[in-house]
Amino acid sequence: MGFGPFLLLAVMEGLVSAAVLALTAVGLSLVFGVMRVVNVAHGAFFMLGALVAWFVAGHVAGPPVWGWLAALVVAPLVVGALAALVDISVLKRLNYEPEAVIVATIGVLYILEQAALMSFGPDARPVAAPFTLRLQLPWFGYSGYKLFVVVAACAVLAGVWLLMARTRFGLLMRATQVDRNTARAFGINVDRVYAGTFALGAALAAVAAVLVVPISQVHYLMGADPLLLAFITVIIGGLGSLRGTLVAALVIGLSDGVISMFWSPTLSKIIATLLVALVLVFRPQGLFGAKA
Amino acid sequence: MLRLEGVSAGYGAVTVLRGLSFAAEAGEVTCIMGRNGVGKTTLMRAIMGQIAVSGSVRLGGEELAGLPAHEVPRRGIALVPQGRRLFGPLTVAENLEIGLMTRGKGAVTRDRVLDLFPRLRERLTQVSSTLSGGEQQMLAIARALCLEPKVLLLDEPTEGLQPSMIAAIRQVVLGLKTTGVAVVLVEQRVSAVLDMADRVAFMDHGTVAETVARADLAPGAAQFATWVGV
Ligand SMILES: Nc1ncnc2c1ncn2[C@@H]1O[C@H](COP(=O)(O)OP(=O)(O)O)[C@@H](O)[C@H]1O
Ligand SMILES: [Mg+2]
Repeated sequence: MGFGPFLLLAVMEGLVSAAVLALTAVGLSLVFGVMRVVNVAHGAFFMLGALVAWFVAGHVAGPPVWGWLAALVVAPLVVGALAALVDISVLKRLNYEPEAVIVATIGVLYILEQAALMSFGPDARPVAAPFTLRLQLPWFGYSGYKLFVVVAACAVLAGVWLLMARTRFGLLMRATQVDRNTARAFGINVDRVYAGTFALGAALAAVAAVLVVPISQVHYLMGADPLLLAFITVIIGGLGSLRGTLVAALVIGLSDGVISMFWSPTLSKIIATLLVALVLVFRPQGLFGAKA
Repeated sequence: MLRLEGVSAGYGAVTVLRGLSFAAEAGEVTCIMGRNGVGKTTLMRAIMGQIAVSGSVRLGGEELAGLPAHEVPRRGIALVPQGRRLFGPLTVAENLEIGLMTRGKGAVTRDRVLDLFPRLRERLTQVSSTLSGGEQQMLAIARALCLEPKVLLLDEPTEGLQPSMIAAIRQVVLGLKTTGVAVVLVEQRVSAVLDMADRVAFMDHGTVAETVARADLAPGAAQFATWVGV
């Protein structure tokens, strides 16, 4: 295979990573932006989404597409509901103190991982792709499902944008993000907005997981890498800036694809981490973040 | 209309309001005066349920003390906070929408409010933080009026504004009075107080030290020197 086709393959792989990363990171960014807290359990919500997908897919009869579609509906609902519960029963009691929330969500992360280990076991398990179309390009064949992941992620992200920009709940989230006390003075039930935002962020991680499992299998520790990459993305993009998060996800995903393919995945992670260090030194507010 | 009795409140270990009593009646402008740091803004926060309060805050017959903060505006009390506190990145229309969501009669309320502030009607899609200072203050008042309030609290609304804007705000306040709204106006300028007030409450040491009817206040009245130091 020549250099051109090889690069094309690397870019296509990069786009798939970017799409999944964007979904995961947008959830994290939304929670940070609106609630000003860091959710360390975000990766565990991702893992839980994958696990629910595996469970649901295994219990739906018929062709794989039915099980997968059911998982796409059920996983975000289950994970979102659990996240809302965590918000109401833990974060709210901590009064959303940033440091306390970090510690508490580390606790949630361990609880979820151990619960997954005890119920699901240490083995990785596959989930069947909803379809097995193979795209034959002149130089190589490529998974049609992977391209579908890119399209589906774009659709979900467009949905998030519409939700934020055009709906009543989006307006409530944006107003709360600006000033929660003034929001309360205008009748906004900030507790409810927070629970909804936390649930939405976790549900987005779950959607990303459902998209990813036919490619990468389910495992109780699978949340660690997405969490790290999502953090890197959110920091580079600018904490709380959705646009910055999307751009950063594209850059990181693409460079991850290209560097992994031409050199090694480890080098790609090293470069991404280095990039974070540089951004933190020279532009602490992130590429798109407003100056604090 | 609005009646506070024995209200104490503060921030953590710091007590600011100490057994304060205060009343505002429908169709009247009640001004609050007092030195800087005496607790005027804290009083606004206490009424809005933003800080914990002991004592009684009643609207009509209903006790508001202890309600979650977001329930207070739903009962009909609207605040124009000191420093405006607009939702800066949101557009003018979105700022108004936040008020309209909670109370008010939708488009009817919105039109009535925009008739009071025609300049805002021309700027509905503008991001509110890019408005001029005077326009921002108009938006802060308009946003509060979108709640169709029974009681309107204005915390130093004319601070730092040019005379034409101050005159516009005066017109709005006097107009509200005729529609039966109870207006509570925190104001530092004696001339403005004498011009608009029906009654003046002077604050000192965390309480209302003296309440005087407008008719009993002359421009050089001793109360201004005693309680405000002007
Ligand atoms: N968030 C706060 N935390 C602690 N103390 C505060 C806070 N806000 C105001 N204070 C204190 O409460 C007192 C009253 O302040 P404030 O109500 O803003 O006065 P005013 O509006 O009359 O100028 C002041 O001594 C001020 O320092
Ligand atoms: Mg003040």
